[in-house]
Amino acid sequence: MGPSGGGKTSILRMLAGLEKPDAGEIYFNGKLANSLSVQERGIGFVFQNYALFKHMTVFDNIAYGLKVKKTRPAVIKERVHNLINIMGLEGTENKFPDQLSGGQRQRVAFARALAPEPKLLLLDEPFAAIDAKIRKELRVWLRSLINEFGTTTIFVTHDQDEAIEVADEIIIIQKGQVEQQGTPWEIYNQPASAFVASFIGESNKLDAPLSLNGFPELSEYKGPDVQVLIRPEWIEIHSENAPVRPEAGQEGTVRHVHFRGDSWYLEIELLNGIRLFTYQAINQQVYQPGDKVNIFIHRLSVFTPKETRILENRSKVDLMPINL
Amino acid sequence: MKIKSFRIAVRSVVMGYLLILIILPISAVYIKGFSLGWEPFWKEISGVIAWKAILLTLKLSIFTTLIQAVIGTFIAFVLVRYRFFGRSLFNSMVDLPFSLPTSVSGLMLLTLLGPQSPIGKWLNTMGIHLLYNQTAIIIGMVFVTFPFVIRTVQPLIEQFDPSQEEASYTLGAGKGYTFFRILLPSVFPGIIAGSMLAFSRALSEFGALSLISGNLPGKTMVASVFIYGEVENNNMQGAAAVAIVLITLSLIVLLLVNSFQKRRGIQA
Amino acid sequence: MRKVFISITVLLFVLILILPFISIVFGAFQNGVGPVIQAFKRPEAIHALTVTFIITVIVVILNAVIGVILSLEIVRGKWIPKWLHSFINIMIDLPFSVSPVIGGLMIILLFGPTTVLGMFFENIGFKIVFALPGMVMATVFVTFPLMVREIVPVLSELGTSSEEASATLGAGPVRTFFQITLPSIRWAVYYGLVLTIARSVGEFGAVLVVSGNIINQTQTATTLVYQDSVNNNIVAADSVALLLGILSILVLLVLEWMKNRKEGRVYAYRGKKFRKALWSISSGQPSKFSN
Repeated sequence: MGPSGGGKTSILRMLAGLEKPDAGEIYFNGKLANSLSVQERGIGFVFQNYALFKHMTVFDNIAYGLKVKKTRPAVIKERVHNLINIMGLEGTENKFPDQLSGGQRQRVAFARALAPEPKLLLLDEPFAAIDAKIRKELRVWLRSLINEFGTTTIFVTHDQDEAIEVADEIIIIQKGQVEQQGTPWEIYNQPASAFVASFIGESNKLDAPLSLNGFPELSEYKGPDVQVLIRPEWIEIHSENAPVRPEAGQEGTVRHVHFRGDSWYLEIELLNGIRLFTYQAINQQVYQPGDKVNIFIHRLSVFTPKETRILENRSKVDLMPINL
Repeated sequence: MKIKSFRIAVRSVVMGYLLILIILPISAVYIKGFSLGWEPFWKEISGVIAWKAILLTLKLSIFTTLIQAVIGTFIAFVLVRYRFFGRSLFNSMVDLPFSLPTSVSGLMLLTLLGPQSPIGKWLNTMGIHLLYNQTAIIIGMVFVTFPFVIRTVQPLIEQFDPSQEEASYTLGAGKGYTFFRILLPSVFPGIIAGSMLAFSRALSEFGALSLISGNLPGKTMVASVFIYGEVENNNMQGAAAVAIVLITLSLIVLLLVNSFQKRRGIQA
Repeated sequence: MRKVFISITVLLFVLILILPFISIVFGAFQNGVGPVIQAFKRPEAIHALTVTFIITVIVVILNAVIGVILSLEIVRGKWIPKWLHSFINIMIDLPFSVSPVIGGLMIILLFGPTTVLGMFFENIGFKIVFALPGMVMATVFVTFPLMVREIVPVLSELGTSSEEASATLGAGPVRTFFQITLPSIRWAVYYGLVLTIARSVGEFGAVLVVSGNIINQTQTATTLVYQDSVNNNIVAADSVALLLGILSILVLLVLEWMKNRKEGRVYAYRGKKFRKALWSISSGQPSKFSN
């Protein structure tokens, strides 16, 4: 996963053998694969535009990889029909790609790639052309498909929600470099760099020097390379009259509110001029611009070129908080 | 109003132009051909020389078309897919038979293969004669139809989605397998369209063939040369009769190409 | 494999295109430069070239004017019913599908010395067949579609909004035509003109039939080449042919240059259509891929 142009698709294509790396080695199960041709690598590839064979029926498309291997026709028939059933493509065997819907074409693309039972499945943004709403349903489908087939799958996307929901492990690539590699949980909660933290999930981005109640360590950071990130879910809002811990919170004024269907979006300006955004659930108190509030920041992340640090609000730790 | 009458005048001129230029002449051929009725029409056509000319032209045009279908596709593929020294030069050269006057084309082939050129002499010593026979006709037809299949197939190969070929590779197919199973079926409509046009062109070729075929009645005389001969001999009836056959054939091919492309939505 | 394919292709090109062209060059200059110049100095050669020139000029003017007007009528004429439209389209494509000899035949059938029209015109001193008018007609017949096929697609794509704007600004139809319409299609017109020129110069079959190929009277450059070959006058034939061949190459280059030079989205899609347009030269088949 990573921003567009970062090299994700290139890496995928190099794994497939569709492009040659300028340097470096690729190992499949410990064996060097650089010199293997595309045909020899035993991979399945699902292209962004599906690349179905337009002049062939659904059946022939799916059967193609098996025909190349000279599998017996009876076996081909059985395997293809099996896949068609799994993919929910019954009735389309004799149709041509241009007679299918987008979703059907995509499933044919998957079936075709899986038919020859590849050892590795490579997916190049296969959901890119699909509406946002359906994409969410497809994530579940993809997850269960991979579980059922058990094939190692590498999935390229720039949609971070997708990556977090579907992946067992995420590799974040930017400008050809690996920024972080880990489980979704690790990536989200222990981002290795400011880039990862801001790429995954949302954050308030603040510069040093900075001073916030409950984070005395912030005074250590002065330089220009310091990035402080606060996720909106780490910010708790209370009206000024009912603060959680008055001495640990920050006073501020609501500057902007808008409705998002399932929540409210608020922007709050603190006394020292810092603006933070956060979300408020619908069933909680509704605020208007101009309201005075008290916010409590549970934790924040600090990123410098040398280190990454997650700071918890002191007042949660100290029983006897001391104002500095 | 002055403008209105001007408009009408313009339109009449235009329609009159069309009429005199095209509608009348074509009708004239049909009228003349059938002017004495069906019987004489058939008689003219089935006259030995006329009939043989028509058959010969048909046979050799079909042969040429088959040749072009193969080498045209091949050359189109190489020109699109491979980079080599002089490629764009060759690419532009493809159009040469289009812009050359046909008598010049004929002369070129005549000079090249004739007894006076080194190549002609060499071929003669080997017993190969490439002039004044049916082989010469095929050579001439191939020359003038050279660009047709190439130019219809080229854009199709250029526009072909490379990811389909890549998909084929990932599924284990080699380059040759992919070419014949994936690429070729896709550009097939282009091959057909180009072939039909080449066929039509070969049928109507006159200039080049008049110089290199030898024009032997019944042996190497093509239909267009026959028509010319009949005109020279003032046998307008005979000329028109054979002309009708040719026109009708060409029209049929044109209509086929038209409807074929409409069905497929081909973009050149 | 790749190298094999490329070699085969190069070989095909050499055999089919390059060798024939070179042989003309050698054939022409086989006795030195002198005979070549002689070939052009012959009175019949000068005459033939003049005839070709005259025909080309007349045909170009005729086709340019009528071509533009006809294109406008076809694209914008509201007075044409649907059925007439397709009929006209077929009529326009017809000269392409027909052998040039047949083109010449038609003219003779209509205006020959034994026909009503022919005799009528001859009586008023206007000989058509075996004379310049007939040759002009034959050439017009074969080049007629060129302009129209170039201009019509461009016109259809342009639409009438510019002319309408001009009208709202007070310009009359004539001014609008010359200052708005014509400039907007000028590249299509130039294109068509170059194609027409090339085709007029290169036309052989139709002209041969209609003209009777009378030396010093109705010979054109192309029929002169034919004549010289038949008379086995190789050097002369090759010389004139070489001239025509070089002209053809020039035409190709000019067209290529025009294709690159043109501005505006009007020609944006024409890249490959340039070739399509060349169908027409040398009695090719029409560009059936558009419209």
